[in-house]
Amino acid sequence: MAKIIVVTSGKGGVGKTTTTASFAVGLAQRGHKTVAVDFDVGLRNLDLIMGCERRVVYDFVNVINGEANLNQALIKDKRVENLYVLPASQTRDKEALTKEGVAKTLEELSKSFDFIVCDSPAGIEHGALMAMYYADEALIVTNPEVSSVRDSDRILGILASKSRRAEEVEEPVREHLVITRYAPERVSEGEMLGMDDIIEILGVPLLGVIPESQAVLNSSNAGTPVILTEGSDAGQAYTDLVARFLGDERAHRFLTAEKKGFMRRWFGG
Amino acid sequence: MGFLDYFRNARRKQKATGSAQQAKERLQIIVAREGGRRQTPDFIPSMKRELLEVVRKYVTVEQDQVNVKVEREGDYEVLELNITLPDEEERAT
Repeated sequence: MAKIIVVTSGKGGVGKTTTTASFAVGLAQRGHKTVAVDFDVGLRNLDLIMGCERRVVYDFVNVINGEANLNQALIKDKRVENLYVLPASQTRDKEALTKEGVAKTLEELSKSFDFIVCDSPAGIEHGALMAMYYADEALIVTNPEVSSVRDSDRILGILASKSRRAEEVEEPVREHLVITRYAPERVSEGEMLGMDDIIEILGVPLLGVIPESQAVLNSSNAGTPVILTEGSDAGQAYTDLVARFLGDERAHRFLTAEKKGFMRRWFGG
Repeated sequence: MGFLDYFRNARRKQKATGSAQQAKERLQIIVAREGGRRQTPDFIPSMKRELLEVVRKYVTVEQDQVNVKVEREGDYEVLELNITLPDEEERAT
């Protein structure tokens, strides 16, 4: 039986797809058979971030409608063993994701995968609800910014009331907080919400903090999940995050402002 | 601290508290008021188990013949419990 993990946030542009891509790569690197599923029907982007956009033939909606089978739609990653992508449809609308169709597809994926990572669309409409509904665990992606934190709180409410686990009164969905675009210098200047504040407000255990990093844009430009960019701060933070998810003890890194050099200390900068 | 910072700090003093503190306070209020996470009470899974035990004292039912649902309508919650009892003959045995 696979574990189903939804990557969600409510607000758009906070790093759901970036997180989905690196998280899925990280799990696969650790030897777990993993599939990343794009639920953003109509605005698919996971294929682009994963660098497989030119290999999409069939998609999630084709599978649901019986126009293709799963093996035809799944794209095998060329860099990492054990990693597959199920792209969303670009031409349909989100209603094409029926509850039964999603259930059937996830069930079939469950037979051959260890982890199913669902990339949720922004918002709280049908597509987002479908991505969350069958989840066992959730990564809540949040920026240190008021609108993002408020939307995350809203999403936590929906997970607690409208997911399958909530409706069938099972153990609740296990929640993990992922803070992205974190800028320690601004936090220490009192200009940005600190991680402790966000944890306190949302009341969700922290899985990882991803620093604001040039490497993220560079890697999405190239279609290489940032976790594969060796030596990058964001990439290392994602590697740590995956390790923690799998139960390893890893100290959080990249949380303190960079030490200023001699010249900058004297002359500012 | 560099000597040039002396002059920079004079300027910075005006916003000594920092906007992050303001953000935190505003969020705490709004999150408490909106109560985004009115969770299903966490006693429900164990209540479900115990209810099932009581029913099992009298009739044989399987786990999947019991269906518990919590529905929310406006301000109140409805707990719906559905137990499918076995047929007459099965009950006799």
